[in-house]
Amino acid sequence: MSDAHHEHGHHHREPESVLSLRVRALESLLVEKKLVASEAVDRIVGAYEQDIGPHNGAKVVARAWVDPAYKQRLLADGTEAIEELGFGGVDLKVVENRSGVHNMVVCTLCSCYPHALIGLPPVWYKSFEYRSRAVREPRVVLREFGVDLPESAEIRIWDSSAELRYLVLPERPAGTEGMSEAQLAEMVTRDAMIGVALVRSPAPAAR
Amino acid sequence: MNGIHDMGGMHGFGRVDREENEPVFHAAWEGRVLGISRACSAQHLFNIDESRHGIERMAPVDYLASSYYERWLDRTVRLLVEKGVITREELERRMAQLAGGVDPAPPHRDPKLLDRMLRATKERAHFRQPGPPPRFVTGDRVLTRSDAPVGHTRLPRYARGRHGVIDTVHGSFIFPDTNAHGQGEQPHALYSVRFDAADLWGASAEPCAPVHLDLWERYLELAVTAPGRSPS
Repeated sequence: MSDAHHEHGHHHREPESVLSLRVRALESLLVEKKLVASEAVDRIVGAYEQDIGPHNGAKVVARAWVDPAYKQRLLADGTEAIEELGFGGVDLKVVENRSGVHNMVVCTLCSCYPHALIGLPPVWYKSFEYRSRAVREPRVVLREFGVDLPESAEIRIWDSSAELRYLVLPERPAGTEGMSEAQLAEMVTRDAMIGVALVRSPAPAAR
Repeated sequence: MNGIHDMGGMHGFGRVDREENEPVFHAAWEGRVLGISRACSAQHLFNIDESRHGIERMAPVDYLASSYYERWLDRTVRLLVEKGVITREELERRMAQLAGGVDPAPPHRDPKLLDRMLRATKERAHFRQPGPPPRFVTGDRVLTRSDAPVGHTRLPRYARGRHGVIDTVHGSFIFPDTNAHGQGEQPHALYSVRFDAADLWGASAEPCAPVHLDLWERYLELAVTAPGRSPS
């Protein structure tokens, strides 16, 4: 593995070759016992690599930005509202950023995360650093992410301790009035939906 | 349990390091661990709460020394051995066979099973189940339990014996503390509870930084009723 890989919290007790062999052996046993279908693992991996990712959540956010009635339904019942757009598989609560209120999601006990909408969590979300510190010093953590909020702003931290997932609805940036829903969706980042980034106004040239 | 996994508020971990353009998986085996684990869930070989508790029971030194998917692998093997699905000897033998270039397992082509496994990754799991009506309403001030259960719980240490306010009544959800231990689903009321930072961290708390936790009614007792309602 590259050095870059090791800088990001990937420490292994065993060599990768042994881990890889153990995983193959486990799958082989489960297939032999007819508990797992032969292609199942490939297909599940493929789904996470190709279909499930932040572009899904971004569509939900963009819809809420352009359609006030949808936004109302989304905030009232996230689970139902995302099904309107063809997403699901999760009990969801959407929390809205607005002037003076910023929301930020963590899971201190494991790494709960709204997979169906934003894919698998990045390594930093699962890191001991984020899990330990996000609840105790959110402002310091946010500054490390480049988000500096005024002292007067309330930061609401959502520690995902149950089978209910959280998605942050970021504020729609100024200068996006003429943009289409699809263009808006392209601006919405994974980190903004976790609440460790803001969606920035587009550069004048991009308008 | 007061395990190493219960990290909220711990000191000593440094900056949050980020990786630009991070891949979905850093090695092919990571994806396969995820796929195997999802397939096992679809087969109901273990439930979500058993699976979380499986990771929590790793020795703390191993937990800290392992990567995320290494913990998943450890958990999956541990649970399948405990449930009698595989043995460790069988796994060692199969590793030796594969290392020698032979996979003795015939393919298992089962379109129905495959379909069920793929659907299970998309469909909503049924964690919301009917239960007794909630005792608390939004605005009630509650006190969290301050014990130290040896088993699985979703009330983190940093929020035990603390005062908070009911923010939202979510409805009735399966109770992890029993579901992780073969004691049934025992669904009952789940609430979003808001804690002022100062009530959690005292003088070192950041200003205006309330923490919300989703907590089951059995973690809570009533401290002060919401203004304008009579106590039940």
